[in-house]
Amino acid sequence: MTSTSVIDELKKSQILELLEQGKRIDGRALDESREISIETNAIPKANGSARVRLGETEVICGVKIQPDRPFPDTGDKGLFICTAELLPLSHPTVETGPPQPPVIELARVVDRGIRESHMIDVSQLVIEKDKSVIGVFADNVVVDYDGNLFDACSYAATAALLTSKTPKWNWVDEKPTLAEGEETDLPISTIPVSVTMGKIGNHIIVDPNGDEWESMDARVTITSDSDGNICALQKGGSDGFSQDEINQCGEIAVRVGAKIREKLKAAQTGSQ
Amino acid sequence: MGGRDATMVLLDENGVRCDGRKVDETRRIMIKAGGLKNADGSAYIEFGDNKILVGVFGPRDVHPKHMSNTDTGILRVRYHMEPFSVGERKNPAPSRREIEISKVIKEALEPAVMLEKFPRTAVDVFIEVLQADGGTRCAALSAASVALADAGIPMRDMVAAVAAGKVADTVILDVNNEEDQAGQADMPIGYMPNLEKITLLQLDGVLTPEEYKKCVDVGVKGCKIVYDLQKKALNDKYFGNGGD
Repeated sequence: MTSTSVIDELKKSQILELLEQGKRIDGRALDESREISIETNAIPKANGSARVRLGETEVICGVKIQPDRPFPDTGDKGLFICTAELLPLSHPTVETGPPQPPVIELARVVDRGIRESHMIDVSQLVIEKDKSVIGVFADNVVVDYDGNLFDACSYAATAALLTSKTPKWNWVDEKPTLAEGEETDLPISTIPVSVTMGKIGNHIIVDPNGDEWESMDARVTITSDSDGNICALQKGGSDGFSQDEINQCGEIAVRVGAKIREKLKAAQTGSQ
Repeated sequence: MGGRDATMVLLDENGVRCDGRKVDETRRIMIKAGGLKNADGSAYIEFGDNKILVGVFGPRDVHPKHMSNTDTGILRVRYHMEPFSVGERKNPAPSRREIEISKVIKEALEPAVMLEKFPRTAVDVFIEVLQADGGTRCAALSAASVALADAGIPMRDMVAAVAAGKVADTVILDVNNEEDQAGQADMPIGYMPNLEKITLLQLDGVLTPEEYKKCVDVGVKGCKIVYDLQKKALNDKYFGNGGD
């Protein structure tokens, strides 16, 4: 995200030295994520929204739900699209202009985690088969950066989707027509939770903060669903993992993810 | 990219897949080192119906200059699909998918290449997918490793890659296009066999924790098969009769 930002070499070695003693620079346990705060319905004009803080990383996600044309080969399914963008106010090194590869990767990984979990049952989002379907667009904007945008965006999108209300459209005169006052929850089948782990030296840490992010040799983002199954994964960074480490990361992602899922559920209940 | 409803038999009762393979069998793989005159190193791979050409340039001067690093060389990777490589014509401009794949392949190769030996230079890897049939990123990564070795660039290891996946609730090796579209999970893996490190790993599709471990295991074993073919390609060019 901010690969060009500079981290003090001293801080880097301090992070590694502390890890050798099993400690982290901000005092967390290795498998502990930062505090997560979730404010739902932050944007009332959206059909659903959430403002999520993961430590000092802050993301706002707004969900817009509107009729759309289906893809030609999936006329019996609605659309789900999730994006992510870094706003120039989120960090001094972020510039305006077309998204750079790290941001494209971010958006695609966040989208894939939610999509592959089948969180939204898109087969229930059809207005008229092959002609008109409901499109669900979850757009994330990063407003403050302190590492691990993958998870922050994923939680924001998930919380926003969990609290979204979808209008109803009927197929009248060959076009979708809004049925006033008939709002329902989105068809939700599972709650995906992504857990990003960084590798520094031989240490695996959950939810790296900004300084840890700059010090990582490699990272892996693993999304699990409500059944404890793994539904998406993305490895990144300029080093590799051993097979044992990858297995270990899978276990951590499911275990830590289960705790975070409870927070997302609480945010959903709290908004109702 | 289409639904996941199985309209064809992906795995029959005898454990035979839609293209006649067994569950732990790769497609036909042919790797050739060299082939391009102007590139410093090159490779061509046919992986099932995938046909991919890779050219490597460098270490050479970096343009634009501000990208150069005084401590180390940099690796730049472009993964690109030809408009004619897929069923419906693909827009020749790089898509978001191609940009992401370029990035993951770059990061998969970086641990293998001794870039620190060439500060202020760049090694450019150009991957051109001439025909695509599922698993292009793995085939491309395998070929790129051979092309880098062919360019004589010092490496710690080669990265071999193949996908594991799940169809009909069964873990399989080397997911083809049909299996990717209609199957349950696809897990591309890039692996350095000597250093025993996984350098590319992605997953889409749902796996139980047990299947997850099995997929990684099947994928790593598959990578070792590919690795032998990569070595053979280099051997054939430099020590065999087929040298240019």
